Amino acid sequence: MNARSFPLPRYLALFTVAVLMLYPLLWLVGASFKGNAEIFSEVGFWPSRFDFGAYAKGWKTSSEYTFATYFLNSFAIVVPRIVVTVISCVLVAYAFARFEFFGKKLLFGVMVATMMLPLIVLRLPQYLMFKQLGWLDTYLPIILPSAFATDTFFVFMLVQFLRGIPRDMEEAAMIDGCNALQLLWHIIVPLLKPAIISVVVFQFIWTMNDFMGPLIYLASVEKYPVSLALKMSIGATEEVEWANVIAISVVALVPSVLVFFAAQRHFIEGAASSGIKG
Amino acid sequence: MYENKRLGFLFVLPFVLGVLGFKLFPFVMSFALAFTQYDIIDPPEWVGLQNYRELFGHDPLFVKSLGVTLLFAALAVPLRVGFALFIAHVLNFKLRGINFFRAAFYLPSILGGSIAVAVLWRFVFAKYGLVNLVLAKLGFEPIAWLADEHYSLWTIVLLFTWQFGSAMVIFLAALQNVPVSLYEAAECDGASKLQQFWRITVPLITPVIFFNMVMQMVQAFQEFNGPYAITEGGPLNSTYVLALYIYDQSFRFFNLGYGAALSWVLFALVAGLSALSFWSSKYWVFYSGEKDQQR
Repeated sequence: MNARSFPLPRYLALFTVAVLMLYPLLWLVGASFKGNAEIFSEVGFWPSRFDFGAYAKGWKTSSEYTFATYFLNSFAIVVPRIVVTVISCVLVAYAFARFEFFGKKLLFGVMVATMMLPLIVLRLPQYLMFKQLGWLDTYLPIILPSAFATDTFFVFMLVQFLRGIPRDMEEAAMIDGCNALQLLWHIIVPLLKPAIISVVVFQFIWTMNDFMGPLIYLASVEKYPVSLALKMSIGATEEVEWANVIAISVVALVPSVLVFFAAQRHFIEGAASSGIKG
Repeated sequence: MYENKRLGFLFVLPFVLGVLGFKLFPFVMSFALAFTQYDIIDPPEWVGLQNYRELFGHDPLFVKSLGVTLLFAALAVPLRVGFALFIAHVLNFKLRGINFFRAAFYLPSILGGSIAVAVLWRFVFAKYGLVNLVLAKLGFEPIAWLADEHYSLWTIVLLFTWQFGSAMVIFLAALQNVPVSLYEAAECDGASKLQQFWRITVPLITPVIFFNMVMQMVQAFQEFNGPYAITEGGPLNSTYVLALYIYDQSFRFFNLGYGAALSWVLFALVAGLSALSFWSSKYWVFYSGEKDQQR
């Protein structure tokens, strides 16, 4: 509030909570370098010696593919999904935030309602639909729905963001004879950039984390993304080589952590703005 | 141009198609499936209300699962939202290094939904895992977190609570609209920080508390990765949440009709509790007059 005192108790409290929250992660990263015996006897996270063996073994897996395959698979899902998500959500958000059209209020209500719809209700019929279309064991059921702005959380976030941007520049551009697509590309998209970064980051991390989707739709191991391969590797090792499992779990988190730190400033704010008006 | 109704509709068209094709159609289909018996090989057979009768009358596992789900939500949602609000309140005062803390508290909510974290969580709560090692250092008996049915649910509740960051940043944004002068006035009158929390922070952001409560509740009722990867529903079904039961019935046993009926019970539960929240909100949620200038 004001800078008259150094609020030591508050720092201590915050620091304690931060340690409590992050220490498990730190301990596990440390554990990935330890032998099995040391993992389950030491509270400290610093390993007595660094052993990268668990990483090498975990990466190779007990299946015929290495995690290189699984990471490539994950990216083959994530990248196209992000592209179609951004395009469809920006278009739809633009319509909601700026245009007048028949049934706008109703559609907006539907969008907010679907944010609260438990997706698990839709899993089974969606599975049957995609089976009928012959899309099982492909990435289409995971990627394609996103091309139709079905990730409504993002649309909502973009609409909220757009509503906060004054229309002066757009009006000037209209007078200069811009058409709607030029306007979108040259004015709206640059202004929306922080929100678009949030969409990209969230979709990246959520799709990397997605487990139930691949679990239901994918059958062949060669197509497994990281999340599924990870669960499979636990079943296979019977928890004997614990260090391997920990090591590969740590590796699985690396892309998300990198993306998080690269963009955290932008997207924490983007995430926050989505909730303001509720 | 913005009055051009056809152009607006053209832009919103992908969403209309998406909602119809990927949301509404499956939604209706699942409603219909719940009245059938269907094993994916033979065509579905209409059985009327039999699935629901079976559920509520003759399925002890459903009753158990329902109880576990309700208990989980009742513990996890208030813990997560409460934590998020309190930390946001503390972070809201101008502090050096706020960005560090914000990122540190937010990170778990980003990673927490992944299978990798669920796997790691198992090691934290294993017999000789981190938590028990710390307990031993402090002189307590170790707890069989994953094997004892009285504690197993807590591992998942704690994993859910651990991810309070996303709710926290929403609270933080809302708190920035609370005038600092209110806190200063309270300080002059000798109100403690805790009193300020209860008398200023909480009452002024009830709309956001409401929003977070409802959204987190919807999430809690769908929790799947944690129970699936950490405890696999056990021990003694003590973590066998409805999402897991729906998954098993639908995709492991291929009792598709039964799975659909189960998911509709879950949907009715979430919809009912949301409606209840909306109804109750008029008694405790207060929107300020300047709502439109809030951002």
